[in-house]
Amino acid sequence: MSGHPSTYEPKYAAAKWMDQRLPIIRMGADFMTFPSPRNLNYWYTFGGILALCLVVQILSGVILAMHYVADVDKAFASVQRIRRDVPFGWLLQSMHAVGASMFFLAVYMHMFRGLYYGSYKAPREVIWILGCAIYLAMMATAFLGYTLPWGQMSFWGATVITGFFGAVPVVGESLQQWLLGGYSVDNATLNRFFALHYLLPFVIAALVGLHVWALHHVGQNNPIGISAKTKEDTLSFHPFYTVKDAFAIAVFFVIFAIFLFYLPDALGHADNYIEADPMKTPPHIVPEWYFLPFYAILRAVPSKLFGILLMLGAIVVLFVLPWLDTHKVRSMRFRPIAKWFFIIFIVMCFILGWCGAGTPSDVAIPIGKGMTFYVLSQIATVYYFAYFLIILPVLGLVEKPLKRPDSITKAVLGEQKSDADLASA
Amino acid sequence: MSDNQPDDGSKRDFIFLATGAVAAAGGASLAWPLVAQMGKAADTLAAGSIEIDLSKIAEGQQLKMLWRGKPVFVRHRTAAEIEVAEAVELTELKDPEADVDRLIAGPSGAVNQKYLVMVGVCTHFGCVPVGEAGDFEGWYCPCHGSHYDTSGRIRKGPAPKNMVIPPYEYISDNVIKVG
Repeated sequence: MSGHPSTYEPKYAAAKWMDQRLPIIRMGADFMTFPSPRNLNYWYTFGGILALCLVVQILSGVILAMHYVADVDKAFASVQRIRRDVPFGWLLQSMHAVGASMFFLAVYMHMFRGLYYGSYKAPREVIWILGCAIYLAMMATAFLGYTLPWGQMSFWGATVITGFFGAVPVVGESLQQWLLGGYSVDNATLNRFFALHYLLPFVIAALVGLHVWALHHVGQNNPIGISAKTKEDTLSFHPFYTVKDAFAIAVFFVIFAIFLFYLPDALGHADNYIEADPMKTPPHIVPEWYFLPFYAILRAVPSKLFGILLMLGAIVVLFVLPWLDTHKVRSMRFRPIAKWFFIIFIVMCFILGWCGAGTPSDVAIPIGKGMTFYVLSQIATVYYFAYFLIILPVLGLVEKPLKRPDSITKAVLGEQKSDADLASA
Repeated sequence: MSDNQPDDGSKRDFIFLATGAVAAAGGASLAWPLVAQMGKAADTLAAGSIEIDLSKIAEGQQLKMLWRGKPVFVRHRTAAEIEVAEAVELTELKDPEADVDRLIAGPSGAVNQKYLVMVGVCTHFGCVPVGEAGDFEGWYCPCHGSHYDTSGRIRKGPAPKNMVIPPYEYISDNVIKVG
C-alpha cells in the first residue's frame, strides 16, 4: 500500500515464514514508517480522528442492531427500550447518535483543511474525489440512520428527502414509489433503510481503504504545499505522527465525551421523541445540523426541481474542484487574495447553516426593512457557487503568489540551518 | 499445436460474441428481479379502498382519513369558500384548473361543490398542510411555505402542483369510496 521502498526486516522465523507467504506484517510496518512531511500541523490529525469515528460508529451500530426492531409498530419503542432497559444501552445509543455528529464535525474540519492547503491539486485529485465519495456515502448513511428511530423528524425527514426523487420529470412518481416500496414512507421503507444503513458503512470503509492507498501512493500534502523532496523533509509516521494524532484524538474524545455524557440530546431535535405520525407534520421540519447548509440551498429558490438540482450541484461542484482551481500554488498561505475569499467562503457556509435552521420568512438581520433568512440564504448560495465556479478559476489566472520557501526543511528550520547543523550544535 | 490447426479467427470471434451475448442476457434477467423487488408488494397494491360518510362532516369542518399511508382531506366547504374558489381567474393559477374540474360528479350526475376530496399531501415534498391557514384561507404547508386556496390549488410558494384529487366515486348521495 505504501509508495516508499520497504525497510522491513523480519526478525523472527515465524515472521519470516509469514512474510514469504502473505507480507501483511510488512504492509503494516511500511505503513508505520511511512515518510510524512515534517511540518504537518494539527489540521492534519483529522484523518486519523475520522478513521476512529468510523470504527466507533460501526462497533456501536452493530451492537444496536442486535436490539433494534425495524417495524413501524415497534421501532420507536425498541429504541426507547435500548435507552432504558438494555444494559448500557443508554451509552451505546447516545454514542452512536452523538458519534454521527462528531463524525461530521471532523469531516468538515478535514475538508476545510484540504480546501485551504490545496490538497485536491495534482497529483492528489483522486484522493480528493474518493474523499468526496466518502462524504456522499456518509450523508446517505446518516440520513438512512436518522429514519430508524421512527420519530416525527425521522418520518418527515424521510418523506421530504425521498420526495426529491418525485421531482424527476416523467418517471419521478414511479421512481419515488419504487424507492419507498409503497405509496408513502412505511414499513417497506423502514426495512430497506435499515438494511442499507447497515451496508453503507462497509462501503465507506472500502472507500477509506482506497483513499489511504492513494494518499500513500503520492504522499501527503502539507501546510506549505511544497512536495517533500529529500529524506530530510520527512519524518517517520511512527512515532512522530502517531503521537501527534494520539494527542489530537484524546482532545477530540474529550469533546465527544462532554456531549455524550452531559448533552446527549443537544445536537438532536426534541420532535424526534414523538413517535412518527403520517397524519401530522411537525410545525418546523429541520434536518440534523450537518445538513443545514444544504437545506438552506434547497430552499433558496422557489422552484422544487431547481432547488434540488442546486443542492446536488453544491456537492457535485466539490468533485470537480481539482479542475476549477487552476492556480499552480497549492497552499493558500502563499495566495494572499484567495485566502480572503476562502475565509468569506467559510463564513458563508456558517451563514447557510444558520439559514437552514431558520424559518425562511423570518428576519435574520434587522437592516433596512429587515433581511429575511430567505434573502440571506440566496446571497450565501450565490457566493458558495461563485467561489468554486468564478472566484477560484479567475484567481488561477490572475493571482500572483507570495515567495515560497525552497523546501519543507528550510521552511521549518530557517534558510541557513539544516539537520546536520543542528546535530553539530 | 499451431502447426496442424489453421488459424480461423472468425470462429473464435463468433464463440466470443455468442458467449458474451448469452452472459449479457443472463445478467439482465437476473438483474430485473433484483430491481423489481424494490417496488410495491402485492399486499401494498391490494391495500383496500376506504368509504367515507359525508353527512357526518359539518359545514366548515374537515375530515382527515388515512389512505395508502397518506392523509385524505374531505372538507365540507362553506358557501364563501366555494365562491372564492370559483371567482379565481385561471390565468392567476400556477397549475390552472377550475374548481369544478377538481370535483367528481355524484350519482345524479351533478357535482356537489360542498365536498372537496383530495390527498392531503403538499406537492412540494410531501408534508401535510394545515387547514384554514395561509394567504388564501385554504391550506398552508409548514415545511417550506406553500399556500393553497379553498380548492386546494397552489397559489404561492415552492410547490409545483395543486393538491392531488384521489380516484373516488359516490356510492350513494352521502357516501364516497376512495381508491
